[in-house]
Amino acid sequence: MTEFAASTSPVEDVVLFELGPIPVTRIIVVTWGVMLGLILFAAFIRVRLRKKNPGRPQQVTEAMLNWLGDEIRGIIGRDPGPFIPLVASLFIFILASNYVSFILPFLSPFFGELKPPTADIKTTAALAIVVFLAVPFYGIAMTGTLNYLKTYIRPVWIMAPFNIISDLSRTLALAVRLFGNILSGYILFGVIVTLVSPIVLPLLSQALMFLALITGTIQAYIFAVLTIVYIGGAVKVVAKHETEDKTQ
Amino acid sequence: MTTEMLAIVVAGGTIAIGSIGPALGEARTAAAALEAMARQPDLAGTITRTLFVSLAMIESTAIYCLLVSMLLLFKVGPLFEKVAAAAP
Repeated sequence: MTEFAASTSPVEDVVLFELGPIPVTRIIVVTWGVMLGLILFAAFIRVRLRKKNPGRPQQVTEAMLNWLGDEIRGIIGRDPGPFIPLVASLFIFILASNYVSFILPFLSPFFGELKPPTADIKTTAALAIVVFLAVPFYGIAMTGTLNYLKTYIRPVWIMAPFNIISDLSRTLALAVRLFGNILSGYILFGVIVTLVSPIVLPLLSQALMFLALITGTIQAYIFAVLTIVYIGGAVKVVAKHETEDKTQ
Repeated sequence: MTTEMLAIVVAGGTIAIGSIGPALGEARTAAAALEAMARQPDLAGTITRTLFVSLAMIESTAIYCLLVSMLLLFKVGPLFEKVAAAAP
């Protein structure tokens, strides 16, 4: 932990080994570890799924999914069924990625400091691109191609370039927001660990860890809610248009 | 003053100035949301959700500043240094 040098770039990462032409960095290993852990957890839940006397993991998962479904219903105003898989996957993956350096401290001797995968711009950019592609996917699947394209000329046709720019810029903002928040917590942690004397360190690091946990939770929630809002913009507005057309 | 030192100074200035606006804006947002929640406790859930989303939107300006200062510190500064070293 004391090897956190301020001069090393937090944007680049340690290359662990090379797999053919692809350099495998620490982030990739941690990301695949998180994915493996989540898949194993899901398989565990699926095997033990039962109606009577559900175990605690099943109850926690069901509560989380119900809560996300209520959020989706509150924002979009539709049946949350089609949106749950994407939104819940994003939420749970980001949450697990943000927590990974806190819930798995015993792995640190093998990998050095366990950097959260979301503290890398490539991971968050990939997640934001998923959202960017999901918006037209849901828009076209639920309202038809023509109705989806009509959202771009709303409210008047002259707004079309601005709507396209806003689509691109909000994707960038989505990626950079998550990356910046998680990375700043991580850097803060590293800086204070390097600066502060070891006597007060345990107390302070606990407090900082708590702060980072809150940030991680809120950022995962914000990412999920913004995903819902963007998809809702493609789905809900057109539905309102349709009702207006019917009344005319 | 070398270019790397200049980059460090500018990076510090970027994040210092760039975080003033979002801080004021977030404070106003939180105060307004609290007031709204005190007036209408029934709508607390909706208000909280909107509050978080708008806080994230406001915050992104500060995050851009953080990104710019990090680029200056870890990408642009060393790049200038390399260029200066390569120049005769």
